[in-house]
Amino acid sequence: MTDHSPATAAGFRGTSGVRSRTGVRGGGRAPVALVLPALIGLAFLLLPLVALLIRAPWRSLPDQLAGAAVWQALRLSLQTATLATAASLAFGVPLAWLLARTTFPGRRLVRALVTLPLVLPPVVGGVALLLALGRNGVVGRWLDSAFGITLPFTTSGVVVAETFVAMPFLVITVEGTLRAADARYEEAAATLGASRLTAFRRVTLPMIAPGVAAGAVLAWARALGEFGATITFAGSFPGRTQTMPLAVYLALQDDPAAAIALSLVLLAVSLAVLAGLRERWTGAL
Amino acid sequence: MTEAGRLDARGPAGVTDGGATAGAGGLDARLVVDRGDFALDVTLGARPGEVLALLGPNGAGKTTALRALAGLTPLTGGHLRLDGETLEEPAIRRRTAPEGRPVGVIFQDYLLFPHLTALENVAFGPRCHGMPRAAARTLAAELLDRMGLADHAGTKPRRLSGGQAQRVALARALATGPRLLLLDEPLAALDARARLDVRAELRRHLAAFEAVAVLVTHDPLDATVLADRLVVIENGRPVQQGTPAEVARRPRTDYVARLVGLNLYQGEAAGHTVRLAPGLGLATTETLQGAAFVAFPPSAVTLHRERPDRGENAWPAEVAGMESHGDRIRVALTGAGPAAGLPLAADLTAVAVAELTLALGDAVWVSVGLTETHAYPA
Repeated sequence: MTDHSPATAAGFRGTSGVRSRTGVRGGGRAPVALVLPALIGLAFLLLPLVALLIRAPWRSLPDQLAGAAVWQALRLSLQTATLATAASLAFGVPLAWLLARTTFPGRRLVRALVTLPLVLPPVVGGVALLLALGRNGVVGRWLDSAFGITLPFTTSGVVVAETFVAMPFLVITVEGTLRAADARYEEAAATLGASRLTAFRRVTLPMIAPGVAAGAVLAWARALGEFGATITFAGSFPGRTQTMPLAVYLALQDDPAAAIALSLVLLAVSLAVLAGLRERWTGAL
Repeated sequence: MTEAGRLDARGPAGVTDGGATAGAGGLDARLVVDRGDFALDVTLGARPGEVLALLGPNGAGKTTALRALAGLTPLTGGHLRLDGETLEEPAIRRRTAPEGRPVGVIFQDYLLFPHLTALENVAFGPRCHGMPRAAARTLAAELLDRMGLADHAGTKPRRLSGGQAQRVALARALATGPRLLLLDEPLAALDARARLDVRAELRRHLAAFEAVAVLVTHDPLDATVLADRLVVIENGRPVQQGTPAEVARRPRTDYVARLVGLNLYQGEAAGHTVRLAPGLGLATTETLQGAAFVAFPPSAVTLHRERPDRGENAWPAEVAGMESHGDRIRVALTGAGPAAGLPLAADLTAVAVAELTLALGDAVWVSVGLTETHAYPA
């Protein structure tokens, strides 16, 4: 399970800043005490990926990937991750605005609660979701009786689980961008006759677009890799709730070659996203 | 001004409220903002067409006053009426939000929306007031044209020069047909050369503006050139107001005196003499009684190595500093003897300084030319 935490994102920015400040690029010698652990860290991050490539059953790969199950799982993963990102945007951006731009009693507490899913083990999140939205859950019971809506062990349930885990990443990223953005532009908009909603839509949102995009990428990547909450809340039914990470894990039990093949596909998707967004968005990450 | 009239005729929502405006045109405000550590209490009045400048040192409350007029900082007391309509009055719990006020603001760093072109920036206000897109763009294009920016309509703010950005900001503020135009340090973001052109241009636009304009500045030249009337604010309180000429001629605080480049003393007048301290009187041409100010330019001061023969208007002093000031040398002095502690600025030619062989800490005598002093009641 990969954890794409905002700390990693901040780390990227920090690294480039440190590089120019210590003047390594400018010819100054980097101290061994820093270079050595840095190289060990780099090797540690790359080694598993290299191993994956070395041990990949390249010859049987076409056969492994020919199965419909692979593409079914991949399509489900992409669909649910995208829907979870959309839901995170729809609810997370306004939530971030509320946290960054308004004052209300208990705002700090709300902010802490929003970040809780970031540190909560996803399995615990899945259990909590079952208790809230399960067929006998606090809200789920009512959803079931009033609307006939059942979330657990459905594709919608996958989206719900992924949203629960991914949305905090978006909220935190967007809130940070909002705080860094100059609120006086909103005041300027107000003096021109814009309501707060208009100012948000036409001034703030376009100005923080890179931050929103960065948050969406983080959320999407987190949703794509989601495992714990998904298997707990939605189970692992092929074609319905079995996303790629679940398929990889289950394949590993009885067909390691298939697991490696599936992992390669996920790796390729991640790399493709990273490469595709490199120019436009990773600057904001 | 025509765009105000034109926009009003089209009747965008909220720009003018047809309240009782007869005989109560212009600005009538008492701005009270109490923030605990800082309290502002300034009364402002201006007729339509008048340009009012709030002048004061940093932290005096100028910007707070401007924000209060715009509705960005709530009043804690007083009132704000514009053309007879009450926009804010805490005592009767009335407050119009910033977006509901017929007020245009030019911010110090303009705050042009970076993601919009110059044209879209100017069209933003009219669009918010419900004007159809095409009409708003036409109005914006006309305004930019009048500012001489027709060629830059499609330019993003970061590619505009400081002077161009300022004109876009002015066009954007005027586009909603405000009844009150607010300018926060309108020239502060410009370099010295652009400042000269923009100041003259801004003066033309302000002179043509038919509603009330209030500008905030710490630069006396900007205030003098742009405004019809000055209100000097210190520590949240108005300390002096009047036309630029009146203020320049009769400063009433040390801050204003420094701004206009005069020495200023306060004392007790008796006939032709103003007593500044025991044993120290300054003769003047005016005849006054009671508390009085005496002002005179640094060029009216002469320095002597020995006590001058005619002891009138002379006292001992010590050289506290020297710096060149155009083709003159500005000598800062601190009074001694009966004038102990009295600060004084004197402008001398380089030749005079050389002949006196002045150095820091030297004891000298100063004398002030009688005809150049100006005394007025405190």
